[in-house]
Amino acid sequence: MGRYILKRLVSAVPVLLGITVIVFAIMAMIPGDPATAILGSYATPENVEKLNRDLGLDKPAVQRYFIWLWNMVQGDFGRSFSLNRPVLEEVLDRFGATLVLAGTSFVLCSVIGVAAGVVSAARQYGLADKAITFAVLLGISIPSFFLGMMMILIFAVQLRWFPASGMWPIYGDRTLPVLVTHLTMPALALAVVATGVVARLSRSAMLEVLRQDYIRTARAKGVPERGVIWRHALRAAMVSILPVLGIQAGFVLSGAVYIEMVFQWPGVGRMLVDAILKRDILLVQGGVVLVAACYVMFNIVVDVAQSLLDPRIKT
Amino acid sequence: MHLLTWTRRGLLATGTALALSFGLGLPATAQTPPGVLIVGQIAEPKALDPAAVTAVNDFRILMNVYDGLVRYKSGTLEVEPALATAWEISEDGTEYTFTLREGVTFHDGSPFNAEAVVFNFERMLNEDHSYHDTGPFPLAFFFSSVSSVEAVDDLTVKFTLSEPYAPFLSNLAYPTGLIVSPAAVEQHGADFGRNPSGTGAFTFAEWRSNEAVVVEANPDYWDGAPELQAVVFRPITDANTRTAEMLAGGIDMMVEVPPVALSQFQDDAFQVFEQAGPHVWFLILNAKEGPFADKRVRQAANYAINKEALVNDVLEGTAEVAAGPTPPAFAWAYNEALEPYPYDPEKAKELIAEAGAEGAELTFYVTEGGSGMLDPVAMGTAIQADLNAVGLDTTIETYEWNTFLGQVNPGLEGKADMAEMAWMTNDPDTLPFLALRTDAWPDKGGFNSGYYSNPEVDELLEKARVATDQDERAALYKQMQEIVQEDAPWVFVANWKQNAVTNDRVEGFELQPSFFLLLDDVSKD
Repeated sequence: MGRYILKRLVSAVPVLLGITVIVFAIMAMIPGDPATAILGSYATPENVEKLNRDLGLDKPAVQRYFIWLWNMVQGDFGRSFSLNRPVLEEVLDRFGATLVLAGTSFVLCSVIGVAAGVVSAARQYGLADKAITFAVLLGISIPSFFLGMMMILIFAVQLRWFPASGMWPIYGDRTLPVLVTHLTMPALALAVVATGVVARLSRSAMLEVLRQDYIRTARAKGVPERGVIWRHALRAAMVSILPVLGIQAGFVLSGAVYIEMVFQWPGVGRMLVDAILKRDILLVQGGVVLVAACYVMFNIVVDVAQSLLDPRIKT
Repeated sequence: MHLLTWTRRGLLATGTALALSFGLGLPATAQTPPGVLIVGQIAEPKALDPAAVTAVNDFRILMNVYDGLVRYKSGTLEVEPALATAWEISEDGTEYTFTLREGVTFHDGSPFNAEAVVFNFERMLNEDHSYHDTGPFPLAFFFSSVSSVEAVDDLTVKFTLSEPYAPFLSNLAYPTGLIVSPAAVEQHGADFGRNPSGTGAFTFAEWRSNEAVVVEANPDYWDGAPELQAVVFRPITDANTRTAEMLAGGIDMMVEVPPVALSQFQDDAFQVFEQAGPHVWFLILNAKEGPFADKRVRQAANYAINKEALVNDVLEGTAEVAAGPTPPAFAWAYNEALEPYPYDPEKAKELIAEAGAEGAELTFYVTEGGSGMLDPVAMGTAIQADLNAVGLDTTIETYEWNTFLGQVNPGLEGKADMAEMAWMTNDPDTLPFLALRTDAWPDKGGFNSGYYSNPEVDELLEKARVATDQDERAALYKQMQEIVQEDAPWVFVANWKQNAVTNDRVEGFELQPSFFLLLDDVSKD
C-alpha cells in the first residue's frame, strides 16, 4: 500500500509541472498586460514600459518562467501587485474559505446524492423513485448562479432569513452558528447540480448491483432488506460511485467560482476571477497551481480509497 | 418496512435541522449599528497607500484617511486650502511655495511638517530615495514636472517645476498627492499599504482581507471630528449582490448602482444621489484614413447618433448628453455656449452625400466593459443601428477591456474607423492635452488614436498649460472646445452621472463632482 501511494505521489509531479507550464503560457499569451490594466486611461507606452520594468516583466518569458518556478520550489510564490501582499498568504487565506464552502457542498452532495440514489434504486418505479428522479432532473437543469441569485432574492431580501452575502458578519463574534447562517445558501446552491449527478449515477450503480446473483443469495439467506441494500449492495456499488464523487469534488471546486461571485464568498475562485481581470499574473499562476495541487491530491486519496474497497484494483 | 422507518427518522432530522437554521438565521440579519456606516464598495482595495494606487474604488477610502496640501472645494472642482493654508506662485509659474497648517499630527503621532511633505514627493519621484522601493507609483507622472521639493523652514515647502504646468494644483488635490506619514512608511516599508497612517478625518483600524476595511473617527481632526464613529468598507464585486445587500439591509450605502437597479430604490426607505462628474464618453473617429478623414462625415456621425435615446433608454437616465470634449463638471473651464449636435439623420445623410461617402463600410471597435465605459455593448449596438440608418455600413468588433486598450491606444490606422472610449480626469487640461494634440499621436506616446490635428487647438492647449491665471486658462479652453466641436474628431456622446444609494438612516451625505466619497459630515442614527 505504501508503495502504491508513493508511486501515485511521484506520478503527480509531472502533472503539476505541466500545469505550471500551461498556466504560465496562457498568462503570457493573453492580450493585455498588467501595466495597461493598472494604468487604465493613463497607459502611455512610456508609462507602461516603466511600470513593466518596475514589476520585473521586461525579461524574456522563458527566463521569467524559470525564475517563477525556482522561487516557487523554495516556497516563494511572489507578491500580488493588485492586492499588494504575498501570493501564498492571500491564496491560503482564500483557500480556507473555499474549502469550507466546497467541502460542505461536497459532503451535502455525497450524502444526499448517494442516499437519494439508493432509495431510488431500492424502490425502482415506485413513488419515491419518481419523485427523486424528477427532483434530480430539475436540480441538474438549473444553473447554480441563477439558483443562487433567486435564493438571495427570496431568503435574504424578501424573507430576511439569511444574510445575502459574505462569510462572516461585519460585527459580532465569529461563531459556528453564525458561519452556518452565512454558509447555508451558497453551500446548497453549489451542491444542487452535483447532488443530482451523484444521485443519478448512484441509482444506476445500485440497480446494476441489485441484479447480481449474490444479492438474490443474500435475500434468500434471509438477510433483512435494509441490510441487503445498505450493507451488501451499497458497498459493491461504492466502487463505481467513488470515482464519480472524485469528479464531483472537482466540479464543486470549479463551480465555487460562480457561487463565490454571487454570494461574495471570500474564496479562491472569486480571487482568481478578479486576478485574471486585473492581469495579476503571479496571483493567477500561484492560485491555479495551488488549487490544481489540491485537486490532484484529492484524486490520489480517491484512488487509494477505491483500491481499499476493491481488492481487484492492483496496489 | 425498514426503509420507511429510516425515511421517517430522516424526515425528523431534516426538519430539526431546518428549524434550527431558521432560528439561527434571524439574528444575522439584524440592523447595522448606529454611528457605524457600512459602505458597499465595488472591489477589494489594492492598497491604502495613495501614491501606489490608481482606482477610484481605492480613492473612496483614501480620501477619508488622508489629506492633501490642497483639496477640491465641496461641490466643485476648484482647489482650496487643506494641509497647506496658503500658497504663492512665482511670476514665471515654476515655483510654488506652500505655507503649511500648524499643529497637525499624523494618526501615528508623528508631526506633519515640511520634511514630511518633502519625504512624500521624494519617495514617489526620486529613484534613489531609500523608500522608493515601496512602490511602484504608477501615477507619479502627475508630478513629473517637479524638479525639486525643499523644506524652506518647518512650515514652508517649495516646489520647483522644470516648466510652468497649470494642472499642478489640481494634481495635488488628486489622491496621488495625499500626504502619508513618513514614520509609518519607515516602520512598515512595503507593507505600508496595509498599515496606513495619514492626517484625515478617519484613522485606519483594521483590514480583513476580502471582507472589510474599517476606519474609525479621528477625534483630533484639524477640520473638526467626524459625526460617525466608524466606517466599514465592504467589497461586493457583483453589482446584483450589492443591490441585494442594500435591499436586505446589510449595507447602509452603495456606490455605482447599475442603471437597471435604480428603480428598486424609489421608496422612502432609500435616498438616491446623482452627481455629474469629470467624465466624458465618446467615439474616437479615424481622421487619418477612410470616410472619417472628411470632416463632413465626422459631423454626419455626430448628427446621426441619437444621444438622447442612448442616455435615456440604454443608460436609464444615469448620464447626460455631452456637447463637446470637456465635461460640464469643470464649470470654470466649460463653454456654456456649446449646444450638443442635435439628432438629425436627414442632415447626416446630406453631409454624407456631399462627401460622397454613401454606403461606406466602417469598422467599429466596441469593448465589453472597462473603467467609465458604462454599458458599452448595448451602446455600441444602438450606435451601429443609427449609423446604418443613414447609410454607413457599420461592423462591430468586440474586445475584452485590456485587449481593447491594446488595440486602440496604439492608434486606429489600418484597423478601424471608430472606437468607443471614456475618460475621467481631475483637470480640464488632461484629456485634450493627451488625446487631441498633434503631438499626442500614438507614435509620440499620446492617446490621440484618431490622429486629429489642428494647429490652432495645439497652440491653445500649449498656452493653457503654462498659464497660471485661471481666467486666462478658462478662456483658452472655451475657445478650444468650440473648434474641436466643429472639427468633430470624436462623436461626443455622454457625461456620466455617478450615483449612490443610502438608506433613510444616513444624513448629511453628498456626492462630489470629483467622484470622491467624503464622509466626514455624514451621520447615521
